[in-house]
Amino acid sequence: MSRLTAQNQEVAAEIISRYPRAKSALIPLLHLAQEQDGYVADDAMEHLAELVGVTPAEVLGTCSFYEMFVRHPVGKYKIDICTNISCQLVGGEELLHHAEETLGIRAGGTTDDGLFTIEDVECIAACTEGPCLQVNYRYEYRLSNSDFDNMIEGLRDGSRDDVPPHGTLGLTRQHIPQDHLAGIGSPETTPMPAWFESRQPEPEAEGA
Amino acid sequence: MPTNAYVPHAQGYVDNEGPKVVSSRFIHDDSHTLERALATDAYEGMKIALGMAPHEVAALVKDAVLLGRGGAGFPAGIKWGFMPPVWPRYLVVNGDESEPGTYKDRLLMENDPHQLIAGCVITCYALGLNQCFLYVRGEMALAQERIAVALNEAYEAGLVGKNINGTDVSIDVVLHWGAGAYIVGEETALIESLEGNRGMPRLKPPFFPAAKGLYMKPTIVNNVETLANLGWLLQNGPESYKTYGSETSPGTRMLAISGHVNRPGVYEVEQGKVTFRDLFYGDNYCQGIRDGNELKAFIPGGGSAPWFFPDQLDLPLEARPVGAAGSMLGSGAIVVMDDTTDAVKATLRLVRFYARESCGKCTPCREGTAWEEKVLQRILDGHGRPQDIDLLLEIGNNISPGPYPVASFDSQSLEAIPFPPKQTTICPLGPSSVAPITSAIRRFRHEFEEKIEAAVAARNAGDQDD
Ligand SMILES: Cc1cc2nc3c(=O)[nH]c(=O)nc-3n(C[C@H](O)[C@H](O)[C@H](O)COP(=O)(O)O)c2cc1C
Ligand code: SF4
Ligand code: FES
Repeated sequence: MSRLTAQNQEVAAEIISRYPRAKSALIPLLHLAQEQDGYVADDAMEHLAELVGVTPAEVLGTCSFYEMFVRHPVGKYKIDICTNISCQLVGGEELLHHAEETLGIRAGGTTDDGLFTIEDVECIAACTEGPCLQVNYRYEYRLSNSDFDNMIEGLRDGSRDDVPPHGTLGLTRQHIPQDHLAGIGSPETTPMPAWFESRQPEPEAEGA
Repeated sequence: MPTNAYVPHAQGYVDNEGPKVVSSRFIHDDSHTLERALATDAYEGMKIALGMAPHEVAALVKDAVLLGRGGAGFPAGIKWGFMPPVWPRYLVVNGDESEPGTYKDRLLMENDPHQLIAGCVITCYALGLNQCFLYVRGEMALAQERIAVALNEAYEAGLVGKNINGTDVSIDVVLHWGAGAYIVGEETALIESLEGNRGMPRLKPPFFPAAKGLYMKPTIVNNVETLANLGWLLQNGPESYKTYGSETSPGTRMLAISGHVNRPGVYEVEQGKVTFRDLFYGDNYCQGIRDGNELKAFIPGGGSAPWFFPDQLDLPLEARPVGAAGSMLGSGAIVVMDDTTDAVKATLRLVRFYARESCGKCTPCREGTAWEEKVLQRILDGHGRPQDIDLLLEIGNNISPGPYPVASFDSQSLEAIPFPPKQTTICPLGPSSVAPITSAIRRFRHEFEEKIEAAVAARNAGDQDD
């Protein structure tokens, strides 16, 4: 049961419609599958292959290149702790160590109750705000060990309801109303826009 | 009046003294909304552009010498001129920000998405193209959300899409998002990724994006911050723009200064007018090294840049002198290390990044970065071998035939090797892994040697025990 739901198929169709070639939608669609199931299931990849007109192997090829896609269930909260240089200098590795000790797992592991996964990640573009982490891609900055413990507590008791389930990224999607769309043309045939042609200093000679 | 303090809703941003070109709205806690954008003229520059001829807009940007802010610092106006007269053509905005130490594009996307959208439309208009993809790093959920909301508002308000601002000009701006891979920030890999493929760089030549980019059509790739400048530039003109910064590096830059300073943060800074010393010790900036410690080293332009040392503190924040001194301003990321820093540990952490992020397409990078990491790890873990320092330099030389760019070491009369490095690889990722190694070994060789000697002594003692 992990093909896209009917509702997500509609979302997928809208995403695909914004690209000149359907395969370009593949990464956003893999995210959609991951949002639906918490991970990218094999059936979902088969479904995406049908939607964008490539083979399931090609979908897997793309999926497996990118770190964010997981192909098996992970914890309800995926905690990505940055240990790259800026964070290392201000205690990122110590924070990771504290997280490992507190949760009783190593980086890459998931707690037995299925609540938490920890990862030791590369720079997450919050370098002046270290030690920092993302929990399901929501930032926490300048954390002390007790800040970390409080975060875990809040996630456990449900008071941290600002963190959506793993797989959910932006809470609003782009939507272009049909009557506002400039129009997505094919890469083979779309000509110079008329508005540009009419504003040229002098007509440009096309190479024959 | 600037408060010279952190702004709470734009985490890490400091509202310091100085001209604000791209961060002027950050002081408002609703800077991301259309309402604030309209009240502060975020689309004025775009409207002015639409009243000019496209080639006039392109000429104006060229005149302003708007240097790319993504890393290479190439002038945007000149890059735009490389497009052959072929259609369709595309604009891809690089919001993949993942260079270690870099934190500024995310702030710009989260806190002022409308300024960026206006910049996209101006660029599309100047280049005569009607589709732009805004590629946001996958991990940046809030940036994606803010841009989605802003685009929805802007489409609804007729500021993007069909018949922009009531004219015949129609341009679509499409939000795209990635899924975690540093290499995808490289422009040809970005294009591969946008085609739905594995994010591996293409060989240049022949695949220069301006000629053969997205779907093999002419494509301009520009950084988020580069385009964020355009609204202001159109509104105020190149002459005003050039009053900021220096002659060869006009305007401002968003700088993330991280590590061992008293006030790490993101600052908008006039190029060329301040030195690294001003940035680290000035009251308007980082206010000194933490705990009164001594400065040991700093990285002036992101993890891929060769390191600088106290000898280089008085260099101006300007591309040319920094390049001549052996490094680069890169992505506006300055990482400061005080004298408590273990040079081997810091080097290993940077090298591990390149080893993990190598896409695997070229052998010297794929094999070399992994090997560098292994050797550094064993030195740090107390298992180093006497030949390991030479081995590290040798592996580096295979990825990037030396001499590799490095800063001068004045007390040893060692001269600087100017930037950039040579490469045996398809893209500069592999060669970047050599930067921390050559920098740290030139300057802190004794730290490597001490660890190795201790390891050798421990092994010898072990042998005697047997
Ligand atoms: C390994 C690698 C990673 C890069 N990552 C980024 C990035 O995250 N963001 C960015 O704007 N440019 C990045 N670049 C530079 C881009 O290739 C390209 O030069 C830049 O986006 C052009 O924009 P600009 O001319 O406006 O600076 C990277 C380059 C390399 C080699
Ligand atoms: S240098 Fe490294 S990252 Fe770049 S193309 Fe070659 S293998 Fe890939
Ligand atoms: S180094 Fe940790 S966020 Fe950049």
